[in-house]
Amino acid sequence: MRLNIGEWVEQGVDWLATYADGFFQVMSTGIEGSVDGISGLFLWPPAYVFIIILTLLAFWVGRWSLSLLTLIGLFIIEALGYWEPTMNTLALVIISTLLSVIIGIPLGIACGKMDRLSSIVRPLLDFMQTMPAFVYLLPAVTFFGLGIVPGVIASVIFAVPPTIRLTELGIRQVPHDMMEAASAFGSTSMQTLWKVQLPVAMPTLMAGVNQTIMLSLSMVVIASMIGAQGIGAEVYRAVTQLKIGQGFEAGLAVVLLAIIIDRFSQHSLKKRNTQKQGA
Amino acid sequence: MSIINVNGVTKIFGTQEQRAFTLLQQGWSRERLAKEKQATVAVNQVSFSVEEGEIFVIMGLSGSGKSTLVRMLNRLIEPTAGEIWLKDRDISKLNDVDLRQVRRKTIGMVFQKFALFPHRTVLENAAYGLEIQGMPKDERYKKASEALGLVGLNGWEDKYPDELSGGMQQRVGLARALANDPDVLLMDEAFSALDPLIRRDMQDELIALQQKMHKTIIFITHDLDEALRIGDRIALLKDGNLVQIGTPEQMLMEPADEYVERFVEGVDLSKVLTAAHIMRRPETVSLDRGPRVALQLMRDIGISTLFVVGKDKSLQGVVTAEQASEAARSGQSLQDVMTTDIPVVSPDIVLNDLFALSGEVKLPIAVVDPDGKLLGAIVRGAILGALAGNVPNGAIAEETEGVKPDAAQHR
Repeated sequence: MRLNIGEWVEQGVDWLATYADGFFQVMSTGIEGSVDGISGLFLWPPAYVFIIILTLLAFWVGRWSLSLLTLIGLFIIEALGYWEPTMNTLALVIISTLLSVIIGIPLGIACGKMDRLSSIVRPLLDFMQTMPAFVYLLPAVTFFGLGIVPGVIASVIFAVPPTIRLTELGIRQVPHDMMEAASAFGSTSMQTLWKVQLPVAMPTLMAGVNQTIMLSLSMVVIASMIGAQGIGAEVYRAVTQLKIGQGFEAGLAVVLLAIIIDRFSQHSLKKRNTQKQGA
Repeated sequence: MSIINVNGVTKIFGTQEQRAFTLLQQGWSRERLAKEKQATVAVNQVSFSVEEGEIFVIMGLSGSGKSTLVRMLNRLIEPTAGEIWLKDRDISKLNDVDLRQVRRKTIGMVFQKFALFPHRTVLENAAYGLEIQGMPKDERYKKASEALGLVGLNGWEDKYPDELSGGMQQRVGLARALANDPDVLLMDEAFSALDPLIRRDMQDELIALQQKMHKTIIFITHDLDEALRIGDRIALLKDGNLVQIGTPEQMLMEPADEYVERFVEGVDLSKVLTAAHIMRRPETVSLDRGPRVALQLMRDIGISTLFVVGKDKSLQGVVTAEQASEAARSGQSLQDVMTTDIPVVSPDIVLNDLFALSGEVKLPIAVVDPDGKLLGAIVRGAILGALAGNVPNGAIAEETEGVKPDAAQHR
């Protein structure tokens, strides 16, 4: 006997592609427009002007070491000639992170409050994280066509689980007596959420968002296989043409971008906390 | 006037609370319910009332249901059965909106592990209850500052809870509850997480605060010393059942059953019993009498010293048999020969503090009220006798009448 799950999935995908086409069109236009808008914004000033802006921003969120890292890292990327694809990638990462946060945090909060929902969502997340990305890349192409949009979708599917999981964890970790105190003083459940649960869960939640950022960055090479422009496409091209040196250069640009984004997000989180503590 | 009336309140944990409660009423035991129905009777049909302005202590060992009981008073835990009257409203029947109003305005709570919000400053913590009522910032910060002032935390408003010591954190917890100006304060093991010295200070301060603000306080503790120190009345819980309610003295002197007796057995009497407990009726002679009258009185009663008092019963001095006969021989008055430099204590001094004094002096110790009126006398044997468990019954009876009006200072 053979299970025909594959056939069912194909039928399902076909059905969606036929009947939900309008919905996918709208989504596609929206995502493509925002990615293009952001990368256009980043590429609008000359590269060195934008590097200086980011360096100053780095000084504001972090310390001089972060701004030095930003300055040197971005300068190397520019000098390697990967400025434009890097900015495209950055736009892709920003949009997929934004989408992940918009989907992940409310879902994580809901899972933190509802055990039943949590027990449904958890295996789904396992599925999303372990299913090889190529497998859902194909249906994404069916729905959204080639280009940046299926790349964003694939990134979100792959990157949203940590935000959901860690938001849920953060909500569940709020000590019981704090919850009791909140209700003993007559908080509504919304007040408890906004004034107690979310602020207390914030560090855990932000760790999840940081993971999401890094995971969506790690999707850029895979996304380039379905036509998403960006630094991943450079890596992919170099690899398929067996250009070792070029591949290494493009890979280095990915690493530098990853390090800078990671430190940025960690520092902005820390800044929040120290502002709270030191005020 | 009683402000809270709890009537037959019961909490059963388990999947079939109501069914289990029916069985409980039919006479099933706690053990049988646990075994056959997997239902835990945490609080079993408890009734009591709390007077306005008193500190009512609910005491019991862990697992006795005291925390569950106090949480039913503001319905952090829903009662399985019973009524909880706060003035003229039955809390157990309030809908969510009304319950929230009661929690916001009428009942404040202080928690064992403080339960402060770590992301808020001391001031923001204290203002939390007002903030969720939608009070404007200036106004709620003003009230929160006042509450912090009451607990002695002025100048700490901008700190975060983790920058404060345990004792100070609990002051914030107390200020947070006081800022709403509730009529009733629930304190769940509020001082149990503090070290003993800080704990004593907090107890003293709570008593002082209560005298100033006249809140009704329901205080949960597992610590008998604490209960005896701060409680106007104490309710003792065991396995969810109310075993005894009474004043600290009653719990010690007239334990309702063996359990209470065992519970209070280990108590350090020297820290609980006061001068008022062990003093005897003083033998006195009026200042305007002559030495011969004094000698006659001594002979009649068979003692060698008398307290000399004025018309208003104010203590003037002590006269011994030798002094009286000396005066009789030389024609002096009692005033000329009596000793005026005598040991004097207030009725609320604990035995522990009496030891040192009793070792130094030969004369009986006089117990006087703040106006200098003589209340009683402590002879040397009485202190040791009391520690051995022999408290003169007459003294207690007298004390419960005579000292009651001073109950506020009597701790």
